[in-house]
Amino acid sequence: MGYERQADFGTPEVRSDTQVTLEIDGRAVTVPAGTTVMRAAAVSGGSIPKLCATDNLKQFGSCRLCLVEIDGMRGTPASCTTPVTEGMKVHTQTEKLAKLRRGVMELYISDHPLDCLTCSANNDCELQDQAAAVGLRDVRFGYEGANHLEAQTDASNPYFDFDATKCIVCSRCVRACDEVQGTLALTVEGRGFGSQISAGVKSDDFLSSECVSCGACVQACPTSALMEKAVTEIGKPERAVVTTCAYCGVGCTFRAEMRGEQVVRMVPWKDGKANRGHSCVKGRFAWGYAQHQDRVLKPMVRESIDQPWRETSWEEALGFAASRFKAIAAQHGNNALGGIVSSRCTNEEGFLVQKLVRAGFGTNNVDTCARVCHSPTGYGLKTTFGTSAGTQDFDSVEDSDVILVIGANPTDGHPVFGSRMKRRLRQGAKLIVIDPRRTDLVRSPHIQADYHLPLRPGTNVAVLSALAHVIVTEGLIDEAFVRERCDWDEFQHWAEFVGQERNSPEFLEPVTGVPADLIRGAARLFATGGNGAIYYGLGVTEHSQGSSTVMAIANLAMATGNVGRRGVGVNPLRGQNNVQGACDMGSFPHELSGYRHVSDAATRALFEAEWGVRIDPEPGLRIPNMLDAATDGLFKGLYIQGEDILQSDPDTKHVAAGLAAMDCVIVHDLFLNETANYAHVFLPGSSFLEKDGTFTNAERRIQPVRKVMEPLNGYQDWEVTQELARALGLDWNYTHPSQIMDEIARLTPSFAGVNYARLDAEGSLQWPVNDAAPDGSPIMHIEGFVRGKGKFVVTDYVPTDERTGPRFPLLLTTGRILSQYNVGAQTRRTENSVWHPEDLLEIHPTDAENRGIKSGDWVRLASRSGETTLRATVTDRVAPGVVYTTFHHPATQANVVTTDYSDWATNCPEYKVTAVQITPSNGPSEWQQDYAEQTRQARRIAGSAMEPAE
Amino acid sequence: MSGQTEAKLVYMANQIARNLKHEPHPVAAVADHIRAFWSPAMLRQVFAHLAMQGEDGIDPVARAALAELAAGHAPPPQTKATDPAHHGADAG
Repeated sequence: MGYERQADFGTPEVRSDTQVTLEIDGRAVTVPAGTTVMRAAAVSGGSIPKLCATDNLKQFGSCRLCLVEIDGMRGTPASCTTPVTEGMKVHTQTEKLAKLRRGVMELYISDHPLDCLTCSANNDCELQDQAAAVGLRDVRFGYEGANHLEAQTDASNPYFDFDATKCIVCSRCVRACDEVQGTLALTVEGRGFGSQISAGVKSDDFLSSECVSCGACVQACPTSALMEKAVTEIGKPERAVVTTCAYCGVGCTFRAEMRGEQVVRMVPWKDGKANRGHSCVKGRFAWGYAQHQDRVLKPMVRESIDQPWRETSWEEALGFAASRFKAIAAQHGNNALGGIVSSRCTNEEGFLVQKLVRAGFGTNNVDTCARVCHSPTGYGLKTTFGTSAGTQDFDSVEDSDVILVIGANPTDGHPVFGSRMKRRLRQGAKLIVIDPRRTDLVRSPHIQADYHLPLRPGTNVAVLSALAHVIVTEGLIDEAFVRERCDWDEFQHWAEFVGQERNSPEFLEPVTGVPADLIRGAARLFATGGNGAIYYGLGVTEHSQGSSTVMAIANLAMATGNVGRRGVGVNPLRGQNNVQGACDMGSFPHELSGYRHVSDAATRALFEAEWGVRIDPEPGLRIPNMLDAATDGLFKGLYIQGEDILQSDPDTKHVAAGLAAMDCVIVHDLFLNETANYAHVFLPGSSFLEKDGTFTNAERRIQPVRKVMEPLNGYQDWEVTQELARALGLDWNYTHPSQIMDEIARLTPSFAGVNYARLDAEGSLQWPVNDAAPDGSPIMHIEGFVRGKGKFVVTDYVPTDERTGPRFPLLLTTGRILSQYNVGAQTRRTENSVWHPEDLLEIHPTDAENRGIKSGDWVRLASRSGETTLRATVTDRVAPGVVYTTFHHPATQANVVTTDYSDWATNCPEYKVTAVQITPSNGPSEWQQDYAEQTRQARRIAGSAMEPAE
Repeated sequence: MSGQTEAKLVYMANQIARNLKHEPHPVAAVADHIRAFWSPAMLRQVFAHLAMQGEDGIDPVARAALAELAAGHAPPPQTKATDPAHHGADAG
């Protein structure tokens, strides 16, 4: 499409069962009761001048430009604050109104630079539009009076500037920060003529303030006062393409606003059903990595990993890879090969990789990075509810009365949904946070958790058992729900178990570290507070009892009747953009698409008929098992699309040993990532801006990804996989990813009704989409559980074998920060590193003092697996005995210290519990020094500047 | 073989047994779980290890479950998560 601004109806949509009919400029208009006159005029195709109003903010009534005349009503009311009434007659264009509006505009323009032709917002400026709309021709007051034209521009933020000379103090930015983002970083400082927008306190600029750079203020600004630097540098966009963000599992949709082949800006799409027009600093601004100079655009090969890379043609690289894989299969058998599906790539690309492994390599050795994040969600929710996914859509939170957040930090990890959750909390919903750290959600502006249960890492199951104990023993079960919807015998077995004294909050207090009265209070609130919704993240799954914790959460939801309607449910917050989709596509070694076990003959027959090959009926190897087999000499070749397992998987030394033992590692990625140090073939990847396909977000929402520019490497990732398949002798002939989706739909019952035409028409679809649910399924288990009766599972607390002791007395837990994403391959190559240039170790003041550590000091972080160094920050966000860090920077290699322990059911690593010791340090560890040199060697490219001189 | 992998497989089996001990039929539950999620190569490796090294350090339930599998006795599915016939799950 060409470029035009997104429609703005002035004030928010109102939902009402009552319709009201009025007349605007002689036209009859019918709208829901409660709608404003401004919105009614807009939806009927009219337009009332406005400046302080925009439809994602509550009406404000400040600018006095939207005045109207209404029969029988005195004066000239503001249309943005006047609700419609039955039979109302409104006049939006009269001589009197024109005069008033011109007067208002004269005042604005008398204190505004007249530099429209050189302004970055020229022809894309609401102030300019409204001056034209009211017919402003001159300014009677002149331009010589007191003004703000000497104000300094705040250019501190790396992505946008604040030019106060252009500001009309309409407060849209302040209200966007308050209402949409919920950070309340901005304010109007001063009074009357002296009023000005301020970030934080007077000494702050945007960068030093609490601003989280979500971009809501920039989007809201009607002038160029707040403007993306990229627009200033590149110019006004010429066209816009709606696509889906490639960061977290919220799945925000954006308009990629383009000038030629260049992205000018990414603006949240107001019609996006996941984000509802909001964004975070990553999706909104941190897309520069896609054009970063580090991108490798030519295929490369090398005989062995101690040699420099050699650039080559696609034909040679694919031929080299194919011949090595064929040789491995011939010598060691098909099961010496495997592949890893990326949760960052599209559904179609993931489907092709697992198809290549199963149909081309002839093995089920395929896995995906959900192995290290949400595999316990798949197991736990399938066991209890019957489906491997969350139960709700994001809109559901609007009806929640009690929100329980466990092991998740949505304001950092899933910020756009975090903002929606915070909005509901500001409206009065109650909040329970179960987390070892005092996350921002526990206490932030206008939000205070009713209960924060700061549990000892590794004791999730014990805390959930204690909550269940209170609910069962105090008679707070929703018995009607349980009797109707769940297996009653299994419930009784579970209730008898959790009701035992050994599961009481008091008995478990020494284990969990959580005062019993807090657990009792939280349990009573959750069971009796109305609609109870549970949101969880990797703080639940990445434990030795990750699957048990997911099932304990499901037990709690069923016992309190909180499944099957809006406002309730069990909601896994997915880490990567397409974790849900990658799992749906059959990327696990034991399942074909739609979570159907490979041992099921009927399912295999479907695939065998479509693909013309035999499918192995036995499960394949998981990622950690592939690495184990490699060190044993049994696993020799691995195709890795869009994952960096060396940095993201636990026990880095073991991963390195496994990769180093293979004969052929193919890395297909944007960058020479850490895993590529051990690769023999590098196939350049394409960014999300360069491909067509779909992502599926945490609410099971399948959304289009659209190519906005040609792939810099020449091929979309699905095309590269297809070429690799052809090199191996497979006759694949897809010409567009829509054909791959059609194949997915033919083979996958939950996707039966999905196709590109519907996605284009409807914007998104939430699976299951099939004859039983032709329009998709925003909320699941409404009439009954997918599995039939809901299953209560006894989840006994089994302590992790990772124990503290004299050598390693502290517990390390890991997590994310807002500005960085996962291993940082994308965000470290953007200006986001301004906010988080390195991983830091959070340590409690008591533990720090005992070790003589101050904020900023280098410290040695050592575990039974390894050691690294990083700088410390002393904070009481963590409890005594607990330390915390992020894993965004390869220089830190936080996973050098994490252990081999994993979830009992899925082998999801236990990232969240590692016994460690912290001591002062004065430099990098031996591993870090060795690794830095090894990386330098491994990234040499023959004949390029990266090849060191001999 | 380093022996580390075999030790890890035994550890995994023990861990599964500890977490499924409250199932109505723990041995069948453990055998079912391992059958559903472990590759044949992993099974062969652990069978060979137990045959060679004896059964010290293995949980009795895990040992019984592996013995059933080694004898070719696959139990019926114990949960919907391991039931191959249950793929109405995500079909809606």
